[in-house]
Amino acid sequence: MSALLEIKNLHVSVGETEILKGLNLSISAGEVHAIMGPNGSGKSTLSYVLAGRDGYEITQGDILLNGVSLAEMNPEDRAIAGLFLAFQYPLEIPGVTNMTFLKTSVNAVRRGRGEDEMDAASFLRFVRDKAKALRLDDDMLKRPLNVGFSGGEKKRNEILQMSVLEPTMAILDETDSGLDIDALKTVAEGVSAMRDAQRGMLVITHYQRLLDYIKPDIVHILAGGQIVKTGSPELALELEKSGYADYIGEVVA
Amino acid sequence: MSQAKETIEKETVDKVQSLAGEKYKYGFSTDIDSEKAPKGLNEDIIRFISAKKEEPEWLLEWRLDAFERWLTMSEPDWAMVNYPQIDYQDLYYYSAPKSMDDRPESLDEVDPELLRTYEKLGIPLFEQEVLAGVKNRVAVDAVFDSVSVATTFKEELAAAGVIFCSFSEAVKDHPDLVKKYLGTVVPKSDNYFTALNSAVFSDGSFVYIPPNTRCPMELSTYFRINEPNTGQFERTLLIADKGSYVSYLEGCTAPMRDENQLHAAVVELVALEDAEIKYSTVQNWYPGDEEGRGGIYNFVTKRGDCRENNAKISWTQVETGSAVTWKYPSCILRGDNTVGEFYSIAIGNNHQQIDSGTKMIHLGKNTSSRIISKGISAGKSSNAYRGQVSVHRKADKARNFTQCDSLLIGDTCSAHTVPYIETKNPSAILEHEATTSKISDDQLFYCQQRGLDAEEAVSLIVNGFCKDVLQHLPMEFAVEAQKLVGISLEGSVG
Ligand SMILES: Nc1ncnc2c1ncn2[C@@H]1O[C@H](COP(=O)(O)OP(=O)(O)OP(=O)(O)O)[C@@H](O)[C@H]1O
Ligand SMILES: [Mg+2]
Repeated sequence: MSALLEIKNLHVSVGETEILKGLNLSISAGEVHAIMGPNGSGKSTLSYVLAGRDGYEITQGDILLNGVSLAEMNPEDRAIAGLFLAFQYPLEIPGVTNMTFLKTSVNAVRRGRGEDEMDAASFLRFVRDKAKALRLDDDMLKRPLNVGFSGGEKKRNEILQMSVLEPTMAILDETDSGLDIDALKTVAEGVSAMRDAQRGMLVITHYQRLLDYIKPDIVHILAGGQIVKTGSPELALELEKSGYADYIGEVVA
Repeated sequence: MSQAKETIEKETVDKVQSLAGEKYKYGFSTDIDSEKAPKGLNEDIIRFISAKKEEPEWLLEWRLDAFERWLTMSEPDWAMVNYPQIDYQDLYYYSAPKSMDDRPESLDEVDPELLRTYEKLGIPLFEQEVLAGVKNRVAVDAVFDSVSVATTFKEELAAAGVIFCSFSEAVKDHPDLVKKYLGTVVPKSDNYFTALNSAVFSDGSFVYIPPNTRCPMELSTYFRINEPNTGQFERTLLIADKGSYVSYLEGCTAPMRDENQLHAAVVELVALEDAEIKYSTVQNWYPGDEEGRGGIYNFVTKRGDCRENNAKISWTQVETGSAVTWKYPSCILRGDNTVGEFYSIAIGNNHQQIDSGTKMIHLGKNTSSRIISKGISAGKSSNAYRGQVSVHRKADKARNFTQCDSLLIGDTCSAHTVPYIETKNPSAILEHEATTSKISDDQLFYCQQRGLDAEEAVSLIVNGFCKDVLQHLPMEFAVEAQKLVGISLEGSVG
């Protein structure tokens, strides 16, 4: 069976600088992979290039989602194809309520897939239930998107968007950073609840804590723009003890 | 070979034209026989207009006086707008569908071609349709070039004592009211364009709300310019007598034409003791094409007079159309405890030029004013907010709050803020806040990652930016205005 997400020999440059240098990664439906790696190793770059952000140029290699190349697709079509990115730094949109944003987003995606838009009443119920599960106050749905949200609220809100959009491939970029202990647990539960045989997840994190809850199938170490080690969840525990020193040397220049 | 090439070229041209047509969906013109005054402007033309309307002698004198003053004045040049010299002798000053000559008594007698025009524009002229269509009823006065085509719900309004008719009718049926109030808020020679309008104004709406009456429905006037090379000079006069309330909306569209067209209107509002007027505008005149060809010159003077104590006037405007806009809806806060408000969204795209804002003139005691201006610039447009807050010597405890925000899309447009604040009374409390922001690539990317295309994303972000103003529009028009905000920015990104 072919993988849900297949990244082959991916080279990515921002301007003149090459940041990803031949990255390979394959995630099958139903799997949760974690990526760990030192600051500046290219984790967010990977997430951005998967989502199709401008300025991140693929100079070599390819990205396939369900066997279809994403390289030439614009960001919204990737979203419609089922890709979701929980941002490390979610953006603020003044004057647009969280609820309006969610609705616009869900309807845009549904329209893109040739599905009917959801009617207002059932959408409201649907979102309220999801928000409740993430312990997000109803009040947060009425506030302008991410404006004045605390760091932790922003991250929880990203997970709310994910659970409402129900993507087939979700990438979470440091969703655990900035969360207090209880929020971390709530978010981890939210993520775990979305584990599904049809869905793939790529969780970028610096900390074992999140992985204690989420329990990934596979852990990768990204250093110097490449995956330098792939292993079982124990790999994360090992890192917690001895850091990245052993791996940084392994990067081919 | 060459024939195939020609076909392809033609198809491309057609395709592009049809796409352009979608952007400004009101761009069609109506093929109708019109009666026009000869080109040019002189006393005879003014006599012709006045005679056409069977006006009383005093009004003709009033017009001629305005014309005399106009001849001595010159076009204002202080606004941040640039356009070629207008040849005032190369315009038609009066144009009316011939069929309107017979003065149709009811809609059944109105030329079907005219009715179809309003149908296409989505303006309900048949009262039954209005009843069936929406919950809240709106009475419409439809002005086509120089004449009013129809006014709906007149009888029902009359039962409440409300007068809502075309200006020409008001001159005939309510001359005392017209004479008493005409030109008392905007003097004939206030500026070059008001003098011109006073000389040649054709039609417009007249509203009178009697004392202690809440107007039973929204009133609206729908202005349509159709004839080429014709100026539109409408005049609106609205009087809210003591303790009354009215909400009024005007909408404007015009066909797409390569040449520019002049629109110089005057709106006068009078609010007596304890009265409140809410005046909303959705201005969507043809803005010209991507290269800046064509479009309306919108040179408008709007002013409201809170003439007696506790009166309130609130202006809300959504300005998305016109090639050049020169417009400053203002409030004179004459009575004590009077309130003036100005809520504005002004959107410029392509080559549009906007110089718009307001004046709040505090004369009475405890007067307060509030200005919320949202300027959005995209393409190669330029967008200036020009606002004046002036507090006179006797205006104790005057208050003003001004919030003036500019949003830039792309880096070929410009935004300017020109506030004038003057106070001769030390008890005044005046606050002014201004911000300028850009839609960031990060915001766009974030929205796109959530499935919105770039244009939807811009429309969402801009609507968010305008929210404080949009919420002041009557419900019936808020949704339409939101869509318009999105449409007018099409092609501004990507
Ligand atoms: N737009 C850009 N222009 C120049 N350099 C960039 C740009 N974006 C990223 N980089 C560089 O690419 C490298 C990888 O950055 P990236 O954000 O992907 O790291 P990361 O692994 O997510 O780090 P962290 O753990 O701190 O979030 C860094 O050295 C960064 O400075
Ligand atoms: Mg990062």
